[in-house]
Amino acid sequence: MSIGLLHYLILSAGVLCCGLFVMMTKRNAIGILIGIELVLNSVNINFIAFDRYRAGGGMDGQIAALFVIVLAAAEAAVAVAICMNLYKNINTIDVDRGDALHG
Amino acid sequence: MIEQRQTKNSFLIVGLVLAACASSASAQYPTPENRPARAAESELNAEESVVTSTVAPNSAVEAALFYLFGGTLLVSALGVCVTKSVVRMATWLFGALGAAAVLYFLMGAAFLGAIQLIVYAGGTLILIVFGVMLTSKSPWVRFDCPRIEMWAAGGVVGVLFVALTTLLIGTQWPTLSAAAHPATIAEFGKELLTTYLVPFEVGSVLLLVVMIGAAHLARQEN
Repeated sequence: MSIGLLHYLILSAGVLCCGLFVMMTKRNAIGILIGIELVLNSVNINFIAFDRYRAGGGMDGQIAALFVIVLAAAEAAVAVAICMNLYKNINTIDVDRGDALHG
Repeated sequence: MIEQRQTKNSFLIVGLVLAACASSASAQYPTPENRPARAAESELNAEESVVTSTVAPNSAVEAALFYLFGGTLLVSALGVCVTKSVVRMATWLFGALGAAAVLYFLMGAAFLGAIQLIVYAGGTLILIVFGVMLTSKSPWVRFDCPRIEMWAAGGVVGVLFVALTTLLIGTQWPTLSAAAHPATIAEFGKELLTTYLVPFEVGSVLLLVVMIGAAHLARQEN
């Protein structure tokens, strides 16, 4: 059986679920960031698979994937800076401890 | 323990490099450069037979590489899920990013595969590891999650995966041409500077703002 669109979509669904699980269960802010990276990668696999197995010409999917990579890099830089600020203020990056604004 | 992991990682890297070479060698890129050369040295019929004979093993190689690196990607993603230490999570994430890059190569997106390796594996991951080192006194920092929450999250994610998979399998996807349309980097750049010029420029401004903002957020106050 040759590899088609469905294979890539199911693979990306699996990676998405792993990323969501990481985001839900980790208490470490950097661990949550790693979960977000997994989710963004599954999105990228979807974009490129739809681009590869599409009908017409053009490369919209690949361009979208490129922008996702750019945004992921920007997001990671800001998130790491926020984590360092959190560590400076409450001396840990346990997200449950960052509840100063909790009502 | 650490030595074991290092050897495992070096195996992984060697495998990734080999697969990238294999995929670029097995993919048939009908570039304008090699077409006239091939036509010049052989007749039209001979060229046709060459093309048809290489199609079948090509798809077999593609399937083998897909299952190999798709499996690597899933195992690495599961490794990120189950491990407790952040450094190990980052190591598993490296495996996942590399396997995804090979899958991009397989799908004919060579430029994006290279960008994935350079920006993600080379940049973002290093940033995460630096974040781990700067925000913990010991690198094996771990915060435990209550077991009931683990089960709840696992249940939610499992239901989501089963639902997504049944939905994907049940959907009648239009039978699109599976012929690879490898985008050359020249086409890619032309598209980026014509159709997508505004998002491209906004992206560059965004990166500048992020650079300044991150440096401002993380500065040391004296």
